[in-house]
Amino acid sequence: MAIWLTKDSKVIVQGMTGSEGSKHTRRMLAAGTDIVGGVNPRKAGTTVDFDGAQLPVFANVADAMRETGANVTVIFVPPQFTKGAVIEAIDAGISLAVVITEGVPVHDTAAFWAYNVAQGERTRIIGPNCPGIVSPGAANAGIIPADITGTGRIGLVSKSGTLTYQMMYELRDIGFSTCVGIGGDPIIGTTHIDALAAFEDDPDTDAIVMIGEIGGDAEERAAEFIKANVTKPVVGYIAGFTAPPGKTMGHAGAIISGSAGTAEAKKTALEAVGVKVGKTPTETARLMREIMSAG
Amino acid sequence: MDLYEYQGRDLFERHGLPVLAGGVATTPEEARAIAERLGGRVVVKAQVKVGGRGKAGGVKLTEGAEETVARATDILGMDIKGHTVHKVMITVTADVAEEYYFSYLLDRANRTFLCIASVAGGMDIEQVAAETPEKVVKAPIDANVGVDAATARRIVTQAGFPAEVADQAVEIAVDLWQAFVAEDATLVEVNPLAKTAEGGLLLLDAKISLDENAAFRHPDHEALVDQAAVDPLEQAAKEKDLNYVKLDGEVGIIGNGAGLVMSTLDVVAYAGERHGGVKPANFLDIGGGASAAVMANGLEIVLSDPAVKSVFVNVFGGITACDAVANGIVQALALLEQRGEKVTRPLVVRLDGNNAEAGRAILDGANNPLIQRVDTMDGAAERAAELAAAGV
Repeated sequence: MAIWLTKDSKVIVQGMTGSEGSKHTRRMLAAGTDIVGGVNPRKAGTTVDFDGAQLPVFANVADAMRETGANVTVIFVPPQFTKGAVIEAIDAGISLAVVITEGVPVHDTAAFWAYNVAQGERTRIIGPNCPGIVSPGAANAGIIPADITGTGRIGLVSKSGTLTYQMMYELRDIGFSTCVGIGGDPIIGTTHIDALAAFEDDPDTDAIVMIGEIGGDAEERAAEFIKANVTKPVVGYIAGFTAPPGKTMGHAGAIISGSAGTAEAKKTALEAVGVKVGKTPTETARLMREIMSAG
Repeated sequence: MDLYEYQGRDLFERHGLPVLAGGVATTPEEARAIAERLGGRVVVKAQVKVGGRGKAGGVKLTEGAEETVARATDILGMDIKGHTVHKVMITVTADVAEEYYFSYLLDRANRTFLCIASVAGGMDIEQVAAETPEKVVKAPIDANVGVDAATARRIVTQAGFPAEVADQAVEIAVDLWQAFVAEDATLVEVNPLAKTAEGGLLLLDAKISLDENAAFRHPDHEALVDQAAVDPLEQAAKEKDLNYVKLDGEVGIIGNGAGLVMSTLDVVAYAGERHGGVKPANFLDIGGGASAAVMANGLEIVLSDPAVKSVFVNVFGGITACDAVANGIVQALALLEQRGEKVTRPLVVRLDGNNAEAGRAILDGANNPLIQRVDTMDGAAERAAELAAAGV
């Protein structure tokens, strides 16, 4: 088993016919994901060939769900259409929406998040601006390369894409239950805390790696959550110790403003609740390796 | 993007909010024209994105055009905490009776917006909140409901605004919210929101941040970028769609993915502690593609910084295959040579992940003495720091 995405997940792609969407649909299929169709109102009723797999295109998410039983959507539409695409998915009542799109205005994210809350949070949203979620050996929803690592019992939650891949690679011999890239935007649908809670409840996860970066106070809040709710061992890594204040480092959320959001503050908060924090990705992997071999 | 005070004043004025009449000058002559237009007593304020202007002598009251020109001449070119003053804002003055605080901002923790209001304005709101939390109202704002008159009334009442300004405060709260949304701002802070001796409210200062992700629906926002303050290398990188941030070290950094590049900066800084204190010279994320052209552009930007003594190329091949990256590096060096920019500083390359073996073989096969291959991130950082220290 895994969290949120399993071999039984039926996945649709919003923006499947676009260049990024079609490229990654092919990759997700190759990873064994059960992709059942795509959404594009202008191409509804057509099918798209993916190396022999004929995927139907639907006018909207609700139609796609009714026809295919889909319960997961991966969203690749451009930033100006992302809010509409997410709200469409929420309205259709889909369980999981993975928003890959980068560069979504934060007012749009705030709007679709508020909308989701008003609808009773039926839909788990991951992202925006995230690499997605992979349960190795079962399914892949997003752009994480599925073949980096095998199945195992570590859970991984990360704000960053390539750092996620690096960590998956470092621990590929031990393997992962699920790896979730939550994205580095100021407002995101799934937080470190959500993933920690799910991994804590997942019988197939024994230990958790949490990767954070400068900006905001999500890691500090995660530390409080760990103290009160997480019994499984957690290893942490924070990127951006040497980042200067006031400069945005790639992610819209990765900025140190005033005294808030420094890597040091996050490390201190995590260590105070018993999380081992690595100085480099490699050292972090080593800390996890020690835990798994002792277990 | 953070706006200057004068840009904030202009923005408020455009949205119908009450501000002091004024203008911005880059020369004493422009200051004269504004002073003559405004007439009477004016205030000349240095435009820098840093606090403590008043103490540094960057804010002066003047009477008449001659005095305004004299003070503008003093202030223009002044250095305030490392920021050179290129512009002064000149406004009429107000007779302030009371100072309040009002802001809308992004609340990351609660994934929504927040309104902060207080009648104890004019000073640092964080200090007010720490010392007298009862004087600060923090009201979450639903992004889809916004601030209507009823919500604004609740906030104004709860914050204890005096009855005689309450109606106007409500109106300002609604208009300010509309400006916040219309401009895709992540922060609008008014401190002070002043009550004048005549009894009306005025927005006397403006701290505004705009969301760069929303640039596609705000073509006018580009004009707000202060070109003089943009680092020329950062500008050149932006024109090539590269995400580059200039830093103050000697080891040039190129990597793929924001998190990995940030992590690379840290690992290089740690290694630098063992090698003469060398530091990362920049942040450069070349993103997923990493074609030869992108790599050449990246190398060109990084190497145009004369402080760079070595370059660390740190790529994890996820979607990108390492053999493509390796080819990109080899071709990039050839391409730079063709452009007449012979590379002489060493490149430490670490490739891991997708097709790493093939990538490494390409680097070895290129037989370029400038390329040093190290296969672990920590080891490569060590080597790049060592080379930079030797090259300094």
